[in-house]
Amino acid sequence: MAKVIGTVVVDRERCKGCDLCVVACPCDVLSLAAKDVNDRGYHYAMMVNPEACIGCAACATVCPDACIEVYRLTQK
Amino acid sequence: MNQDEIIKQGTKVYSRPRLMDDRNMHYCPGCSHGVVHKLVSEVIEELGLEDKTIGIAPVGCAVFAYHYIDVDWVEAAHGRAPAVATAVKRLDPSRMVFTYQGDGDLAAIGTAETIHAANRGENIAMIFINNGIYGMTGGQMAPTTLEGMKTATTPYGRRVDLNGYPLNITPLLAQLPGTCYVTRQSVHTAASVRKCKAAIKKAFQAALDGRGTAVIEVVSTCNSGWKMSPAKANEWMEENMFKAYPLGDLKPLE
Repeated sequence: MAKVIGTVVVDRERCKGCDLCVVACPCDVLSLAAKDVNDRGYHYAMMVNPEACIGCAACATVCPDACIEVYRLTQK
Repeated sequence: MNQDEIIKQGTKVYSRPRLMDDRNMHYCPGCSHGVVHKLVSEVIEELGLEDKTIGIAPVGCAVFAYHYIDVDWVEAAHGRAPAVATAVKRLDPSRMVFTYQGDGDLAAIGTAETIHAANRGENIAMIFINNGIYGMTGGQMAPTTLEGMKTATTPYGRRVDLNGYPLNITPLLAQLPGTCYVTRQSVHTAASVRKCKAAIKKAFQAALDGRGTAVIEVVSTCNSGWKMSPAKANEWMEENMFKAYPLGDLKPLE
């Protein structure tokens, strides 16, 4: 069976750490950086569980700052 | 398989809309305005109206909307966006004209302009962001504030005997024969964002086709004004705002 894998790229400097993508992700892929902050002092979102990503783009859809890009690949 | 390989071999399924300018928005983290700006950019791009769209920016949090979406804009005085939109649309009826207003702009100071523009059936689209509070000025009570809701000017909750009832303006507009499409949406989950995008697309197309005024109310959060985290504000909105402002089409497009 074909398997769909995905990945997201977060624009760290644009991210405001609102946590909405973390809540929206159905596979618990994303989390806010625990200690690191970007130039503006926000705890940016990052992938903590990249293997689980299915590239559904739910995180990018709800992101108010449009800082997430989503890629999807179907493995045969 | 690592990230670089997926990016190289896979397809990009979501990226920042081309029409959004490359600058950071001034909105608070988690603000619904950002999502709606994104949807407006995507819809204009999908309809191919980049050169034909004129937006009317309001006064309120979205006052800098012209900085974020790369189409033509006119900045209106507080509440007067539908009046300015009327003028713009009548001067050049080939353009798609939309207003982008908050509840302080559309439902408070601009009530007269809103109702009369809709009653005249001006061929414009109105996007109405309803978060039940005056976000820009520091969280004061708005006409749409819910009963019992605490704001800076109603610290013990809104009292109906003192402040009146929450103003539910979209059903008023739906009664008018001039409106062609009136709907209420939200942007708190991925599914609702997609639905809202479809509604905005329908409204823009209807305004362009000259079918009358199209109104899209987006029930939104103001996590700073409500003094909650963005995720908690979404939950609060589902529990409280949706009871007073139920989602769905109030006047479907015929």
